[in-house]
Amino acid sequence: MSFPDPIAVFRTEAAELLEQIEAGLLDLNVNLGDKDQVDAVFRGLHTLKGSGAMFGFDALAAFTHHCETAFDRVRKGEVPATQELVTAVLEAKDHMRALVDTPNGNHEATGEALLTSLRAAVDGAKNPGAASPAKAAPGQNHFKIRFSLPQSAMANGTNPLPLLDELRELGECTIVADRSAIPALDLLAPTDLYISWEVELLTTQPRSAIDDVFIFVMDEMQLEVITVEAPAAAAKTPTKTETLVAEARPGAAAPFAAPQAAAPAPIAPAPIDAKQKKASENVRVPAEKLDELMDRVGELVIAQSRLSQLAGGSGDLQLRAVSEDVERLSGELRDTMMVLRMVPVTQLFGRFRRLVHDLAHETGKTIELVTEGESTEVDKSVIERLADPLVHLVRNSCDHGLETPEERLAAGKSAAGHILLSARQQAGEVIITIKDDGRGINKERVRAKAESSGLIAPNANLTDQELYQLIFQPGFSTAQAVTNLSGRGVGMDVVKRTIDALRGTINVASHPGKGSEISLAIPLTLAIIDGLLVRVGDGRYVIPLSAVEECLELSIEEDMRSRGRSFISLRDSLVPFLRLRDLFRTGTKPDPFQKVVVISTGSERVGLVVDQIIGDHQTVIKGMSKLHHDVATFSGATILGDGDVALILDVGHLVAEGQQQEAHLRAAG
Amino acid sequence: MNEAVRKISENLWDGRQELEVLTFDIAGEMFALEAVSVQEILDLLPETMVPGAKAFVGSVINFRGKVIPLADIRLAFGMEATKPTIDSRIIVISINIEGEPVLAGIRTDKVHEVTTLLRAAGEPPPSVGMRWRPDFIDCLVKRGAEFIILPNLQVIFSAQHDHSATGASHG
Repeated sequence: MSFPDPIAVFRTEAAELLEQIEAGLLDLNVNLGDKDQVDAVFRGLHTLKGSGAMFGFDALAAFTHHCETAFDRVRKGEVPATQELVTAVLEAKDHMRALVDTPNGNHEATGEALLTSLRAAVDGAKNPGAASPAKAAPGQNHFKIRFSLPQSAMANGTNPLPLLDELRELGECTIVADRSAIPALDLLAPTDLYISWEVELLTTQPRSAIDDVFIFVMDEMQLEVITVEAPAAAAKTPTKTETLVAEARPGAAAPFAAPQAAAPAPIAPAPIDAKQKKASENVRVPAEKLDELMDRVGELVIAQSRLSQLAGGSGDLQLRAVSEDVERLSGELRDTMMVLRMVPVTQLFGRFRRLVHDLAHETGKTIELVTEGESTEVDKSVIERLADPLVHLVRNSCDHGLETPEERLAAGKSAAGHILLSARQQAGEVIITIKDDGRGINKERVRAKAESSGLIAPNANLTDQELYQLIFQPGFSTAQAVTNLSGRGVGMDVVKRTIDALRGTINVASHPGKGSEISLAIPLTLAIIDGLLVRVGDGRYVIPLSAVEECLELSIEEDMRSRGRSFISLRDSLVPFLRLRDLFRTGTKPDPFQKVVVISTGSERVGLVVDQIIGDHQTVIKGMSKLHHDVATFSGATILGDGDVALILDVGHLVAEGQQQEAHLRAAG
Repeated sequence: MNEAVRKISENLWDGRQELEVLTFDIAGEMFALEAVSVQEILDLLPETMVPGAKAFVGSVINFRGKVIPLADIRLAFGMEATKPTIDSRIIVISINIEGEPVLAGIRTDKVHEVTTLLRAAGEPPPSVGMRWRPDFIDCLVKRGAEFIILPNLQVIFSAQHDHSATGASHG
């Protein structure tokens, strides 16, 4: 077993926390009064600070601490949540990410600037009644603090000195160590902590700031805070003496005398505990290990189908029973395995809320992002590779597709632009659509640009779709002219390349003045699919079952009649078909009764003429070797029950080829 | 051609004086591949043709649950096809293509032995008087009366790879 690097584990965890924090902040931005989200953000910040400190990310911990403090105050109702605060913390969040990634980088200046704006946001949000204590000298609070840590604190990794430093940061501070508990030398254990402290603190910060200092040791320590002659101006701080006795372990040293009423527990431990519990139920597994497991399951499925064949051929009932059991089990195992790899696109869509939020700020537009079908599940590796192209597309929609509020109002639209990000599954593919209600793509400008750069001949006869596809040409994008017009420029060739690499397709639709819609159709690329096994000549091939619409026999008349045109009529519609025998150049005699397998992607259908339909087959997809990447007809290969290799047909490619053929024939006829 | 260019390619010998190789026959010529790149030697397996692929890697085989291409070096060297015999074997090798290790099978007529070749006996491929592309050969090693060819598989495979990339469209 290998043990992952703890720092790497922390980084993963931190990235997730930051994502949660961001999601919470964005939700909060929509609904400022949402107490749950405030709590969620606070918890996230708190955990981040805690684990940051634990793994030695001190700068991160210190910085996060300030944001946490701000949110703690929101949580306690001392300051209301405001847009400014959310924005400040969002920016701070980015800084935290930088601190996580490069803990030793020079971040001081940025950090300070962010904290200043954070403070401004918090102070600006304060009720006018409670004058900012920073300004009013009488607003200074005077606390007497006594605290002691458990004897084992140092052995457990707590260092009291940073705590004292943090107290010093709060304001004027006199610290006296109480050494009375130190035993005689022969009884002294050098790792034990015997000292307690008495601190007199003059600060502009409220009482809760002190609790924050001790937040991580609170459960185990004795802390007593006495407010001395609280000035009238600081009405917010409680005037009565408070004692906080939070005793997590009964065996801890005797508590300080509690002079008066106990304070309400400043940090609710319950949600934190719940959170920790939740975390422990999840297991983080590196993706490669999942892939390995997937391979093993794949091998098992192959072995199982061989077993089934053997058992089917023998009369041994017991063997058959066992074989059926194994078949059922491996089927279930396969299903479980598939679910493990699938992630809902929520994860992917989540990050666009931030992007849109930022873009709206940058461009001064009002943009509403609506997401649909977030529960659609896609293979994790696909999700990761989709992120980049989607960023480009969404950015383009925001930047160039949507108009400014004034333009929109002038055009009779609502001031706020809308972007719809949706995902749905369709026939073995996931369709991701980015739709905006902006000005649409200016066809004339695209054409002009394409002509001037020599991509198309002047006055070339192009369909809209062909014209739109031009925007994905490399170089087309970066050109100033296109970025300025309907946009759709920057990085569009990146989109095209990534989608091509995923063997997906891009579809563009645009209505001038009404908006544009870009759909990405990506194969689910599951490692295992159900396939239809067919024979063409001597070779056996697999057609993904999800793409198969129906199978029918190609009657002899139909066969003869279609010699010239390669169309069959299927319930009053003409479907082009491809003779796989010709395509694969089998050079064998065709079977007397040819079969047609009608496959489809979305609305487009094409028939594949095969010699024989063998049956359905659970297919473990093996990628094609690098040496075969030029072969577009096949998306992969699989191993059959008898150990032979069968190639898996690439449905998208074949349909496109069929449609092309149809177009040619139409043009010719 | 000056002497400096006609030096034995260093990427194979890498400063070593001896090389452990596996020798085998293809179409009457003796070839050798560095033993460490050889994964396994297999009996002939059922092949699956890949329609549309280059003839050089025209089929795939099932190598312990992995689908790997089967290459025919004869085609790269423009040799005559020979019928499979009882001695025919497939050598599975791992080669680097564009920085990634790729498994591939090579069809051979007969596999001989693992042996040690001396650098001193090696010669760079002659620049003239050879019907094969000189860059397909790392070096020739003399042993007794005959030469053993050490093919440069990376160049051979990459060449096929590039060619096929441009001639991809079919049907």
